[in-house]
Amino acid sequence: MIELSLADILSFLLLAARWTVLLSVIAFVGGGIGALLLLLLRYARPRFGSGFMRVYVEFFQGTPFLLQLFLIFFGLPKLGMDVSPLMAATIGLTLYASAFLAEIWRGCVDAIPRGQWDASASLGMNFIQQMRDVILPQSLKIAIPPTVGFLVQLVKNTAVTSIVGFHELTKAGNVINNATFQPFITYSLVALIYFAMCFPLTFWSRRLERRLTPTGHR
Amino acid sequence: MDPQINNSAPMIELRNVSKWYDSFQALTDVSLIVNKGERVVICGPSGSGKSTTIRCINRLEQHQSGQILVEGVELTQDFKNIELIRREVGMVFQQFNLFPHLTILQNLTLAPRRVRKMPKDQAEDLAMRYLTRVRIAEQAHKYPSQLSGGQQQRVAIARALCMEPQVMLFDEPTSALDPEMIKEVLDVMIELAEEHMTMICVTHEMGFARTVADTVVFMDKGQVVEVAPPAEFFAQPKNERTRLFLSQLLKH
Amino acid sequence: MGYSFDFGAIAGYAGLFLQGAGITLGLIAIAAILSLFISIGGAATALWGAKWARGLVMAYVEAIRNTPFIVQMFFIFFGLPSLGLKLTAMTAAVIAVTVNLTAYCIEIMRAGIESVSPGQREAGLALGLHPIWVFVSVILPQAIANVYPALVSQIILTMLESAVVSQIAVMDLTHVADLIQSRNYRTFEAYFVVAVIYLVMAICLRRVMARAGQRLFAGRAR
Repeated sequence: MIELSLADILSFLLLAARWTVLLSVIAFVGGGIGALLLLLLRYARPRFGSGFMRVYVEFFQGTPFLLQLFLIFFGLPKLGMDVSPLMAATIGLTLYASAFLAEIWRGCVDAIPRGQWDASASLGMNFIQQMRDVILPQSLKIAIPPTVGFLVQLVKNTAVTSIVGFHELTKAGNVINNATFQPFITYSLVALIYFAMCFPLTFWSRRLERRLTPTGHR
Repeated sequence: MDPQINNSAPMIELRNVSKWYDSFQALTDVSLIVNKGERVVICGPSGSGKSTTIRCINRLEQHQSGQILVEGVELTQDFKNIELIRREVGMVFQQFNLFPHLTILQNLTLAPRRVRKMPKDQAEDLAMRYLTRVRIAEQAHKYPSQLSGGQQQRVAIARALCMEPQVMLFDEPTSALDPEMIKEVLDVMIELAEEHMTMICVTHEMGFARTVADTVVFMDKGQVVEVAPPAEFFAQPKNERTRLFLSQLLKH
Repeated sequence: MGYSFDFGAIAGYAGLFLQGAGITLGLIAIAAILSLFISIGGAATALWGAKWARGLVMAYVEAIRNTPFIVQMFFIFFGLPSLGLKLTAMTAAVIAVTVNLTAYCIEIMRAGIESVSPGQREAGLALGLHPIWVFVSVILPQAIANVYPALVSQIILTMLESAVVSQIAVMDLTHVADLIQSRNYRTFEAYFVVAVIYLVMAICLRRVMARAGQRLFAGRAR
């Protein structure tokens, strides 16, 4: 058993937390791009695209993230690829994010009333113009709160990557615990750091949501 | 004066009742006496405090000063006392407020069974009797969403009657109805009135007031402005504000 | 390349898969039932409780919602015993999943209760019903019916999250996959089959609960 001061533990954890943040950002940006590609496919080639998106989203939303990670981390090497924990974590979380973000954003576009499409079409606008000038600006506004809310999900899910050995905050907690046998303090600190990262985002998402419905207008 | 009205002890008495919402005074010094068997209509422009007044009587709103007495018992903070009063005072709402997850029959039997501890069959007999009275017995096993507005309001009246209250309060019962359904509800209310159910009715239906009311009360800006029997009220209103209100009403 | 998929090697483990699925379902079922009741109380407290009680409930809800489930699980499984509480892995898993699900259900229930129009409460009170009866007979049925889809979604979500309990040696479906691949090295096949089983369970659960919902909340077509 190793004696570590609270300060030592905290600094070790905080250093690892940088990886949590990095992973979250990469997955969010990568996932966002993936989501846009999915949506492009869906709206440009509706017959194939919407079917494909549906299967894709169903898979990532209907299976545990842990299993998705395992499939990538253990499965891909069998196909000859070399997969490090970092790679598995990045690929896994990015794919996961792309599915969820695509679904969220699709919902926001679909939420725009039919009348908006009708009106813009009757003014002679084509699909690109409709999207760019009428539909997307409105969708963007309602998409922000749930997107920020999802970011919280993403940060929390980085913790699962610890199981395939990625050295983020939770893994650091396990390491400390194995060294000091002080699980109560260790995991409390780990939880606190996650809370410090997530709560501001949760709070912000709620604020954004409230600003969207000032007097019950939706 | 109608011989069927009992003057001995008032059924409902409001003495100098005032109520505030934060700094806004909704009721100022409202006094009113309603005797047993008396039918009172309260009218006035919106925001005059008519609904607030009757909602104070069954404590859906709380008054801050003055006294409210129901059958001689004062309405206070005491919870037991409030519950007892609510059993004797029935209310019909503008938005009907039927329970959407229960059938019509269940809507009517809920309170008698829970509050008066009536056995199920007895409660159902009671309910069917009142449903027949409001001429809607055949809808007993339907859900409120399957009924029209007029039908729902008649059910609401029957539901309040199932508790066999001493007084009925009506809060703009026909204001949320399409015009063609107003008559069926007013007919039920007129029948009740003819049986001398003590009632206080907040309404814009002046025809109802003229036909059936013993007293008309005009309220404006949280105060009672004029109280008179309908004949006098409509023919020779004493107060300037009453006259103004009546002239605006008659324009339609 | 040189890897040949052999799903046949997995087929023989059907019994084990069934066992694992049973544990996963059993775990979420217990958690769901407990959460339902506790969250009703929690929501009522959050809406009408004393200030300190409200604070406590909100603190609990925010703590759970802003931390990863796996950390909550480690905290309960490793942290609590270090304070003297003896826990088996299964018990820790049940506690962790329940504590997690309840926090989300409290929020959902609260929204449900608030979505019932105030006129309903007034009508119930005006009839002389005791406020508790108004809550139980008038408000609660409508609140639950209103948020039923959200509750079902949350239960399924939590079931998927519960896969991490396999890491503290609970014999759930994911653990079965771990076991199988450690025996025959058919890693991809094992995990893939288990992923599909989860997917099927999620879809079936949603269908079953939707139908149950239709039965329970019949005739309310708003």
